[in-house]
Amino acid sequence: MSMTWNDVSEGATLPKLEKQPGVSQLVKYAAGSGDFNPLHHDYNFPQVKQIGSIIVHGRFKYATLGEFVSNWLGHNGRIKNISCQYRGMDLPDQPIICGGAVARKWEENGEKLAEVEIWTENAEGKKTTPGKAVVVFNS
Amino acid sequence: MAGPEFEITAEMKQAIGVASPPWTYEVTTTSVRSFARGVGYTDPVYFDVDAAKKAGYRSLPAPPTYLGTPVFIPGQSSDTFSTPNTGVPTVKHGLSGLLDGGTETEYLEQICAGDTLTAVSKVSDLQIRESKSLGKMLITTMETTFTNQASGKVVATQRAQAIFY
Repeated sequence: MSMTWNDVSEGATLPKLEKQPGVSQLVKYAAGSGDFNPLHHDYNFPQVKQIGSIIVHGRFKYATLGEFVSNWLGHNGRIKNISCQYRGMDLPDQPIICGGAVARKWEENGEKLAEVEIWTENAEGKKTTPGKAVVVFNS
Repeated sequence: MAGPEFEITAEMKQAIGVASPPWTYEVTTTSVRSFARGVGYTDPVYFDVDAAKKAGYRSLPAPPTYLGTPVFIPGQSSDTFSTPNTGVPTVKHGLSGLLDGGTETEYLEQICAGDTLTAVSKVSDLQIRESKSLGKMLITTMETTFTNQASGKVVATQRAQAIFY
């Protein structure tokens, strides 16, 4: 049984999702997304030398936030809107922890909706990718 | 890096609102699996068509934030980003540093493997911001509308911010 809209309460937190993507995972993401910016895999790329490391794709974190929200929704509905800002870089082989909380729950035009505040944080607890999502529940 | 004199010129502003030619994005079982694997999904609905159908989907659902894979044609597609590079309005800013600023996707329908989408992009906004480490930065917002070719309906809109410095 997946969670229903009635089970959702404002302020409730979402189950965390933690990843530690290494270079191989980032290469798989590059292939899956088509984003071959060398910033995310090539240690000889000038921008990488300037930063001192390759960095995790912002869009990998965005997609991971999508996975985090869809795991919580459990196929009992769909995401209507998901957004995030890339405020800080994340480096490979470091923890990326998705967190979130229900900000609002309401009904509109017969749809059962919820808005969740979401973010990724690093090992130091800094929120590098804050965002939000609006989901509609089937039941 | 942008110098202190960097500003948004009339020429840059001319790119705002100019629509790109339409480009085809395909959502296939293989492309959904590849994206889901790249993100690290373990949920079988993104890999196994039977599991997807049992969960109520037509086929493998496009994972959140995935809007299909642009058809790649050498010379017409960006070798780096795989997106079309012919006819897309470009902002002539002369800056070489690039970072992703943020992304918002609005979904009007569930997208699934088997869907073929037409994407049209336009630059919707230009802003200048200052950062302590990067100095003056140009923030461009690119808005892309995705239309399902079979139904003719808009299924998603994405707004993506790029930071040039």
